[in-house]
Amino acid sequence: MLTRRLLLSDPGGMVIIGLLLALAIAIPVCNLMLPSDSMFYMSTYMVTLLGKFLCFALLALAVDLIWGYCGILSLGHGAFFGLGGYVMGMYLMRQIGTRGVYGHPELPDFMVFLNWDVLPWYWQGFDMFWFAMLMVLLVPGVLALIFGWLAFRSRVTGVYFAIITQALTYALMLAFFRNEMGFGGNNGLTDFREIIGFSIQARTTRVGLAVLSAVVLALAYLACRFVVTSRLGKVIMAVRDAEDRTRFSGYRVEHYKLWLFVFSSMLAGIAGALYVPQVGIINPGEFSPLNSIELVVWVATGGRGTLYGAITGAFAVNYAKTWFTTAYPEIWLFALGTLFVLVTIFLPRGLVGLFRRWKKQESGQ
Amino acid sequence: MRAILDETRELMRRDRVFDFMLPRPDFSRPIDTRHGPILYVEDVTVSFDGFRALDGLTLYIDDGELRCIIGPNGAGKTTMMDVITGRTRPDSGTVHFGQRIDLLRLDEPEIAQGGIGRKFQKPTVFEQHTVFENLELAMACNKRVWPTLFHRLSAAERLQIDEVMELIRLSAHRERCAGLLSHGQKQWLEIGMLLMQNPRVLLVDEPAAGMTGEETERTAELLTSLAGRHSVVVVEHDMAFVRSIARKVTVLHQGSVLAEGTMDQIQSDPRVIDVYLGE
Repeated sequence: MLTRRLLLSDPGGMVIIGLLLALAIAIPVCNLMLPSDSMFYMSTYMVTLLGKFLCFALLALAVDLIWGYCGILSLGHGAFFGLGGYVMGMYLMRQIGTRGVYGHPELPDFMVFLNWDVLPWYWQGFDMFWFAMLMVLLVPGVLALIFGWLAFRSRVTGVYFAIITQALTYALMLAFFRNEMGFGGNNGLTDFREIIGFSIQARTTRVGLAVLSAVVLALAYLACRFVVTSRLGKVIMAVRDAEDRTRFSGYRVEHYKLWLFVFSSMLAGIAGALYVPQVGIINPGEFSPLNSIELVVWVATGGRGTLYGAITGAFAVNYAKTWFTTAYPEIWLFALGTLFVLVTIFLPRGLVGLFRRWKKQESGQ
Repeated sequence: MRAILDETRELMRRDRVFDFMLPRPDFSRPIDTRHGPILYVEDVTVSFDGFRALDGLTLYIDDGELRCIIGPNGAGKTTMMDVITGRTRPDSGTVHFGQRIDLLRLDEPEIAQGGIGRKFQKPTVFEQHTVFENLELAMACNKRVWPTLFHRLSAAERLQIDEVMELIRLSAHRERCAGLLSHGQKQWLEIGMLLMQNPRVLLVDEPAAGMTGEETERTAELLTSLAGRHSVVVVEHDMAFVRSIARKVTVLHQGSVLAEGTMDQIQSDPRVIDVYLGE
């Protein structure tokens, strides 16, 4: 019953879940078991790259859930991703222990450098993994709760909401740039050593993290499917299409938007937390407004309102980005801009819309 | 001295100052209509930037009656509905639902769940959802977030949806996207959605707009059949339609009631002829 509701009625999703599971098997096999001269060998660089893409796909999924299904355009979702990443970064910093440059048992290097002698209160507890994982959900969630409560209660919608979310992520970027904030300022958090006892540089850890990202993405996909196929999903689509009608049907629209916004921010936080140990650094640049805009381009390119479209878009655009920034680094931003314009004009339903149209033509004939 | 005391008393009136201390309106008890009216709109004034959309409007709707409200453009018909359904807060005046429930303290979803349904001027349905889903979403039930997430449709609920679908003659379009329905069908669907809410009062804004002659007739039939079980308030421009359903007509003009009575009385009232029918 549940399988049918979540998967069988959603062919695109089945393909994505299938590919994710295949990836979760292929990554360890191709990287760890095959010799490096084999045709199917996957380099560790490639493993980490895929892991990164999987985190981006999770972030795109979070945005598609609110934008595609509820019409809430957030241009600041990078903020929640960044916060999730910082929480993970704090845990990883506390794991360094005496192995830092200054060898202080408790304070991270940058604090010693700033002549601090005690750990700030908000760094307490982050040496415990479970606590850090809880915070990965709670920190973005609570911020989204407060921010969303204020915005939705005042019935801020559409472009105004998009602008204040931009402001939110920009404000966070400026705040995290300050050394006094106690998050490493400009340099952010880096030089990580180990995660729950595994060396962060080890090939097996990298493979493990990439596989974990694939599995988490698949689970998040199913969770999102559960939400959008429930009656709550119908209500949020109703909010998107006719907000007033929903309100006069007795639904407290603000609560629905808030619930969804918080859920989405938590997914973004998880994506950030998976991303940081794989790339090995988190700095205020993650809060840059441009990142959040790029993220919306991924979703638009893939096709919003389908969930699997967001994942497709995240992979397609990021693959293009990796290729462009190695081959023609100076024209990447122009290519991104052109892509966005072309997609908006010619593919309003994104890449997956192209498949759908093609399929419809085929079945029509 | 006396004046100061009175003023202080007025200022500190318990029901005005300590709003949050008043008990929440109790919808579990039946709406109190012992004195006849179910809706009391008294001396309501609404102004937008100095323009008085409603000016001391007083109106009583009886339980189970079918009331038509007519008036020239800008007479305040839609603003009146906005006030009753909680979208607009009046500058002064009171609005009560039955004798106990003060509607001015409630917001739109509470009023909708409490039993006042509203159809918009422009038919508004959930275009991406099927006819069935539209009715399902409107159905009276626990509409908080978490119960909605885990909601399962029961057989009784399905039956209720099917009944309403039959009533609004859309059974043949059950699985069709509401966006693909004709204008008249959308109007009916919206009325059906109101019925799913089990309302005591239906506020219907221009139900016959854009309908063919036959559709208009059927709409008139539907609305008259609803009166009795529900109180129905119809705002309409189409005089032929009003004549075909109305027992009692209220004429609004410049934000207050100009005349009230049967259609014949209204049509022979010189003031009404002057401002409205004479044009």
